[in-house]
Amino acid sequence: MQTGPVDNEIINKVLQGEQALYAQLVKRYQNYVFTIVLRYTTNREDAEEIAQDVFVKAYRSLADFRGESKFSTWLYTIVTTTCITFLRKKKVPVHSLDTEQVFELADNQNSAFRANQVEQKSKIQVINEALRLLSIDDARIITLFYQAEQSLEEIGRILGVDPNTAKVKLHRARVRLKEKMEKHFTEEVKDMVG
Amino acid sequence: MNKPENIEERLWEYLDGAGSAEERLFIEQLIASNAVWRAKYQELLELQDLLSHRLELDEPSMRFTQNIMESISKHHIAPAAKTYINKRIIWGIFGFFICTIIAFLVAAFAQIHWTGASNTDNSLVNLNKINLDKVDTSSLFNSTYTTIFMMVNVVLGLVALDMYLRRQKAEGRGQREKAEGSGQ
Repeated sequence: MQTGPVDNEIINKVLQGEQALYAQLVKRYQNYVFTIVLRYTTNREDAEEIAQDVFVKAYRSLADFRGESKFSTWLYTIVTTTCITFLRKKKVPVHSLDTEQVFELADNQNSAFRANQVEQKSKIQVINEALRLLSIDDARIITLFYQAEQSLEEIGRILGVDPNTAKVKLHRARVRLKEKMEKHFTEEVKDMVG
Repeated sequence: MNKPENIEERLWEYLDGAGSAEERLFIEQLIASNAVWRAKYQELLELQDLLSHRLELDEPSMRFTQNIMESISKHHIAPAAKTYINKRIIWGIFGFFICTIIAFLVAAFAQIHWTGASNTDNSLVNLNKINLDKVDTSSLFNSTYTTIFMMVNVVLGLVALDMYLRRQKAEGRGQREKAEGSGQ
């Protein structure tokens, strides 16, 4: 994931006044941050605004980064809090885990997917669409684990839970992802396994 | 153990590289010998591969980095929280509350007549006979000593607040001067 100077070296230089170097950190993590933010909102403009806000907040609080965790873990913690604040401001309901309504809501919002089942989709499309059908909690933990390459300990730190809870949440999220794929993309899943 | 959900859970752990060496060996043997486990393993392995290696990250617009750099040029890095949170103030507040609680407890216990109902040797039984209705709380809250004690605490609190605000003001002025100096 990293090329060039390590994060901590860049951070030290930025703290010493070399503000321009912060662009390296932004370039390194912008896609990760943007992808995680897109799990909270499907609107790309909103996502870009939130992602920018995350990097500005991270810059302002850079002196508080003590290097006890990876910079990415610290940054994704800011992503989580910023996204939750954004959703609260916009009054978008934040769905908690284990609520059946979440899935009903997701099914209703994406009923168009069923109609499109005749169209064969690529495996990547199937996964991406199934991820969009998941609750925010589930999609977020899968993105953090697989795309943002965070360990269960790091995910625990980001979400404010212990690693075992993170492990259980990840397992449940994967089960639900598979269920969504089997329910909405039956043919494609058969092709995948076959 | 062979319930589908158990198989999945244990296979995901195996795929994540978790579990002890013994457990991993046991799972490997199950995959090799049991058709159900093998089929499930292949299914989850495919999903794992898709999630880990083939999902692409979304990209923001081309101007994204530039926008951030323009935004942060208007901001300064805030000092680390540990530099402006004064531990002495926190300990001062803590001490104030502890002193207050201790003072009230001492005053309350001083008014209880511990020997009032001692017809028996069992002191634990006597404790039940303490009549709390007879405790005079009015003298506790209306006494001159309590008023003096509270007034001293209030004055100390105000002095501490004044010192804190003066320091904050001085630090803010220093930072502004520093920023103006570097901007020139």
